[in-house]
Amino acid sequence: MKFGVIVFPGSNCDQDCFHVASKVMEQPTEYVWHKDSKLDKFDCLIIPGGFSYGDYLRCGAIARFSPIMKSVIDFANSGGLVIGICNGFQILLEAGLLPGAMLRNKGLHFICKYVKLRVENNNTAFSSKYQKGQVLRIPIAHNEGNYYIDDDGLKELKKNDQIVFRYHGENPNGAIDDIAGIINKKGNVLGMMPHPERSSELELNSIDGKGVFESIVERMGKK
Amino acid sequence: MIKPEVYQALGLKDEDYQRIEKILGREPSKTELAMYSVEWSEHCGYSSSKKYLKLFPQTGKYQTLVGEDSGGIFYDDLAIIFKMESHNHPSQVEPKQGAATGVGGIIRDIFTAGARPIASLNSLRFGPLTEPYNRYLLGGVVDGIAFYGNCLGVPTVGGEVYFDESYSGNCLVNAMSIGICGKNEIARARATGVGNSIMYVGSSTGRDGIGGCSVLASAEFCEGEEKRPTVQIGDPFTEKCLIEATLEALKTGYVIGIKDMGAAGLTCSTSEMAGAGEVGVDIELDKVPRREEGMEPYEVMMSESQERMLVCVKAGYEDQIHKIFDKWDLHAVVIGTVNDSKIVRIKENGKVVAEMPGSSLTEPPIFDLPYEKPANLDEMNKLDLKSIPAPKNLNEVLLKLLASPTIANKAWIYEQYDHMVQTNTCVLPGSDAAVIRIKGKEWGLAATSDCNSRYCLLNPYRGAQIAVAEAARNLVCSGADPAAVTDCLNFGNPNKPDRYYYFKNCVEGIIDACKVFETAVISGNVSFYNESPKGAINPTPTIGMVGIIEKLEQRVTSFFKNEGDAVILLGETKEEIGGSEYLKVVHGQVRGDAPSLSLDAEKNLHSAMLEMVRAGMINSAHDCSEGGLAVALAECCIGDKEKQLGAAIAELNNIRPDALLFGESQSRIIISANEKNAAKIEATAKKHAVPFQIIGKVFGNNLKVMEHIGLPLAQLDKSWRNAIR
Repeated sequence: MKFGVIVFPGSNCDQDCFHVASKVMEQPTEYVWHKDSKLDKFDCLIIPGGFSYGDYLRCGAIARFSPIMKSVIDFANSGGLVIGICNGFQILLEAGLLPGAMLRNKGLHFICKYVKLRVENNNTAFSSKYQKGQVLRIPIAHNEGNYYIDDDGLKELKKNDQIVFRYHGENPNGAIDDIAGIINKKGNVLGMMPHPERSSELELNSIDGKGVFESIVERMGKK
Repeated sequence: MIKPEVYQALGLKDEDYQRIEKILGREPSKTELAMYSVEWSEHCGYSSSKKYLKLFPQTGKYQTLVGEDSGGIFYDDLAIIFKMESHNHPSQVEPKQGAATGVGGIIRDIFTAGARPIASLNSLRFGPLTEPYNRYLLGGVVDGIAFYGNCLGVPTVGGEVYFDESYSGNCLVNAMSIGICGKNEIARARATGVGNSIMYVGSSTGRDGIGGCSVLASAEFCEGEEKRPTVQIGDPFTEKCLIEATLEALKTGYVIGIKDMGAAGLTCSTSEMAGAGEVGVDIELDKVPRREEGMEPYEVMMSESQERMLVCVKAGYEDQIHKIFDKWDLHAVVIGTVNDSKIVRIKENGKVVAEMPGSSLTEPPIFDLPYEKPANLDEMNKLDLKSIPAPKNLNEVLLKLLASPTIANKAWIYEQYDHMVQTNTCVLPGSDAAVIRIKGKEWGLAATSDCNSRYCLLNPYRGAQIAVAEAARNLVCSGADPAAVTDCLNFGNPNKPDRYYYFKNCVEGIIDACKVFETAVISGNVSFYNESPKGAINPTPTIGMVGIIEKLEQRVTSFFKNEGDAVILLGETKEEIGGSEYLKVVHGQVRGDAPSLSLDAEKNLHSAMLEMVRAGMINSAHDCSEGGLAVALAECCIGDKEKQLGAAIAELNNIRPDALLFGESQSRIIISANEKNAAKIEATAKKHAVPFQIIGKVFGNNLKVMEHIGLPLAQLDKSWRNAIR
């Protein structure tokens, strides 16, 4: 399989995701500049964290108009796997590939720390390597991770089993229903606020995030 | 005829003006006057400090790079570039932007050297949080560092935060950054090659920050002044793009030299690049991209607008460089050329507005200032232990110290910083030093910043030595060999002899300590005039130190790991409480002498510690600093939120209990280790002549220290963790 890591001006977890995909998972991986448009050689796109376009205006609000996003939407509509992490999740929300929106953290501060996540749905291309109910230790680092969706939307998410990760124990940012990561109805687009790429190697004190990448590789088949 | 008010408003003195007239042989133009005023400012010119800075050791046990904007060491096939710089006055005036642009400036110093910034640290000092303005400053500064650093994607991995009355009215914000590049990839801050182009890259130029380095940074704060317009405004998104574009441009091989436009903006970058390359430059000012209409030439030359660089590009390759910056939506404009005249000539619309020898700007007058021992120092040094009543309830004292903001947990601060981006942070904030891996290498880096300014107030020479010793100790506690030093020397008005006494003695202390530890001073910064109407700050020579961990898997943290491990104290506890946090917080006194220090004993401790680490004998190591043994033990117990372990300490020597528990004797480390390693550890300590004592073991859910202390971990944690929020 082949990973593509989208790079917007201001992305800053692009190299981290590239490192995990290429060095830890040992899969062919390429960067994709935001002004490119061809994505057909990839099996999974990673929209990394960071501050695309400085997060000016609103997180992800400018990135969604970037030339690459039209191709990302086409890629997703034709069934390709897309994972948005942190700012990538925010961009997927702004682009309408996932439902809901992000508010500022309830404490009104940026928060960077390890949190506990509970795997709510392990029947996805991004979480199959986990057990349902498994508790993971994965870091967060965001200012706007307070996920919000209206009542009907939340009912939909629950009904379709679209909530993949919930905060376990402490809810660090006030996200509705402790939501940390959701998937689209079709099951090929995942957004999550925590950073699995920051917890995929033993040197970094947790490998609980590696399962996300292992699930993807298992689904798409090793190179 | 230029009136004195004009040059005085720019921060120039009468004798400076006369010197300028003599250099030019005529009356200076407005633009020339402005250029001299910023380039000769204390902040840029180091007029009052150069005499002593020259004495810093430039070589040590690692090969060094000294003399550029930032310095570094060479290790393996890499150069490790680092530097610390102050942004005190801007932060006091406008905390968020002041701190943000401080971070931006220091990071530019790293990537202009060709190195990718991989970590930042901050040393922050404020007045007591009981004063609302200090709370505002703390909140604003932390917000500014988070706003800028997080967006850049450079992790803020460590630092220190102190609170003391002397910083009310003049907070300190010292930012440090570390970067790495290949040994042969270092970029130089100079222009060479007649006919090569001078390109302006990055953001456009506005009126922000005019006089930042001169009237703001190089003067005391006086009553009722409004200096906010001299603070620059930061745009971290542009800087992030500038990092990527610059590193990409350097890879082309067409960049001859590069310099960031920080303090004194275009004036500094043009004159210093020309000076370093021993060439002249012709600059056409009208080509400079501007964000405001109608700017005067002197404003363009003085502006400290952020996220700008000056690049000397090989003639004929300007388009290639332009293309790279254009990809990142940044300006890249040829604004001048290199010639062999050694003259800096600035033209606006074809008319010369400034013309002077480059060296006259970069070689400001050097002063040999008088110094005098402060009149109150002998009195302050007097401390009769008998006059200090022994506290009845030592548990209460410990809880009070743990809640003292200087000692208390700083998670509220560092959790607002992204300290994990780049996925290299192996030891997170909260331990003795941050540990960073280098992808693809089996070795790693540790970094810390330290300075107890109260010691420096009481004994500047020894206090500065202790700052170096403690920084080195924090590194060895993390498993790293102390490699080299950057410093940020924060003092009051150098023209007052008692302030200058502190500067001189602190510098001498640093020099002597660094010689013993064989750690070169590879870069640094001086910040004078840290005074408000309330007086000068405590002398604060902040030491930033970087160390090498030979094998990353040998890294050590300060927290107890296993129930049943032996708790061992290396070093000697003396009956000394002078300058301690205990004496201040519990008895309300700042007096006595700084703790004693033997540099040789300290060095032995480092050697012993590193030998133990490399042999895998120990499970944790924590340096004893503010709050003494009791606070250090408490931190070993509760520091790791996810795994708190108690300790039962039974064996300690027999001195006054408050000195035993809270005295701040130097050269002490608490380690924990499997009991079966105790004999080996003792032998290693003996070999290096380091005092060794098994004082107890890791046990239960309480911290018990002889009959003096008995507290549940939950209670310690509550006092320590909730004090700053």
